[in-house]
Amino acid sequence: MGQQDIEPIVRADHIYLDYAQGSIRGDRISAIVEDASFTIQRGEKFVIIGPSGCGKTTLLKAIGGFLQPLRGELLLKGQPIKKPGPDRAFVFQDFEQLFAWRTVIGNIVYALQAAKRVPKNEAIEKARHYLELVQVAAAADKYPHQLSGGMKQRAALARALALEPDILLMDEPFGALDAITRNQLQLELNEIWQRTGVTIVLVTHSIQEAVFLGTRVMVMSSSPAQIREIVDTSQAEEFGSQQFDALSKHLRSQLIHHETSPERIAQLSAVE
Amino acid sequence: MSLLQPAAVKVRELPVWLRHLLFGIVFIIAWQLYVSLSGASALLIASPIATVQALFTDIGNGQLISATLISLQNLAIGMAIGIIVGLILASLSAFSRFGRDLLTLLTSVFSPLPGIAILPLTMLWFGLSPAAIIFVVVYGSIWPISANTETGFRTIGATTRMVALNLGLSRVQTVRDVFLPAALPHILSGLRLAWAFGWRTVVGAEIVFGVAGSNGGLGWYINNARYFLNPPAIFAGLVVISLLGILLDTFFQRVEQQTIVKWGMKQAH
Repeated sequence: MGQQDIEPIVRADHIYLDYAQGSIRGDRISAIVEDASFTIQRGEKFVIIGPSGCGKTTLLKAIGGFLQPLRGELLLKGQPIKKPGPDRAFVFQDFEQLFAWRTVIGNIVYALQAAKRVPKNEAIEKARHYLELVQVAAAADKYPHQLSGGMKQRAALARALALEPDILLMDEPFGALDAITRNQLQLELNEIWQRTGVTIVLVTHSIQEAVFLGTRVMVMSSSPAQIREIVDTSQAEEFGSQQFDALSKHLRSQLIHHETSPERIAQLSAVE
Repeated sequence: MSLLQPAAVKVRELPVWLRHLLFGIVFIIAWQLYVSLSGASALLIASPIATVQALFTDIGNGQLISATLISLQNLAIGMAIGIIVGLILASLSAFSRFGRDLLTLLTSVFSPLPGIAILPLTMLWFGLSPAAIIFVVVYGSIWPISANTETGFRTIGATTRMVALNLGLSRVQTVRDVFLPAALPHILSGLRLAWAFGWRTVVGAEIVFGVAGSNGGLGWYINNARYFLNPPAIFAGLVVISLLGILLDTFFQRVEQQTIVKWGMKQAH
């Protein structure tokens, strides 16, 4: 209730996103993301979910500063986002995101030195601290190629956290992992969030992940690429609880129902 | 059957270096036998024994040593300049359309032309000086290095690029700390090719120089041996040239071991 009084860390106001210029159809711009408006509060876990091609990754990249909105305003702490930076640290799905030529701890130390000009000794200490936090300290002196997928993602998370960013941007970070490791990391991410209070924006395909991890979940659709709904999932603490199942069901209906709605079917038949 | 099988398996199980050594010994014995038994003229072919004798003689009197050093020096200077120019061209190509067009054009025109072919030209420009040889080595190194480095830069994954941007790295940091190591497998390939071409070019150029009368280097040494009707010395020169080739290649293998193999980057592309 008091949250409405606090200035959100990210504000999107009728933004349109595309890598090219989008295309004009009649008097509408057709783009990957169309007319999106939302806010993200400090300290929350904001999850973006939607089918492939709905623009959720594009949205994340826009917050990350990799592209500018074609229209509308995208503000970070009240200012338009100009370019990428360590204040919005990314964790990608790709296992290759760590530099192969540096050890695990070397990756974090480099990031701290290069991005935040932290002196070496302090950087090493910080790196160790965050490696402990993600439970990968034992592999500090190994090279990324020697690590399992789960450990690589943990290390990437440590690197992002070590930058002590305003926002942690996560693009399907657990998507390439097996289900068991995935669940494990979801639990650990939650714990890390509770300990550090970092704002998290996470993109996922998985309904279960969205309900469990998110404090709020933004459901997106494709064709047209719009926000369908923003759902409060902060009450769904445990897998299998009533709230969890109810929210999962609701999200599922939002995501799957939409794609076979009567309007959609009419639209598809019209495109002949 | 069971008596023969264990022996056959054993030979195949021997370590690589030992198998190669055995092969080499067999080859040398065959060579010696051919020279001793075929009655070929001593002016045409030297035996292994004569070759070894020539090796000892000319190492002893310092000729082979100084020739080797001169060849290596020509190669080193030529490659050093070639590497710098090649890396600059590749960097330009990675960062601008004009650079990319320039590199493509230059490479397609010049890289089919072997270094040794422009030697007459450099001899006109620089006379019978080391500069003529070095220029040719530079020319021979630039194309493999720039082409391979450019490929290395171009095939850097989108994620790696995004990480560099995400960290807010400057252009210099990005190229030095991210692009160069990421492209290292390709850069090393380019270096290996460059040194191989360079070595062949150096020896060839020195032979041409030797014909023209100027002295220095292993190419000159073997041509000089020909002039004095000294086949064992020719063979000795060839052995040294070959050994150096193997040594330098092994050096590159070592570099690969310490870098891209250790980092799990070998065979990535």
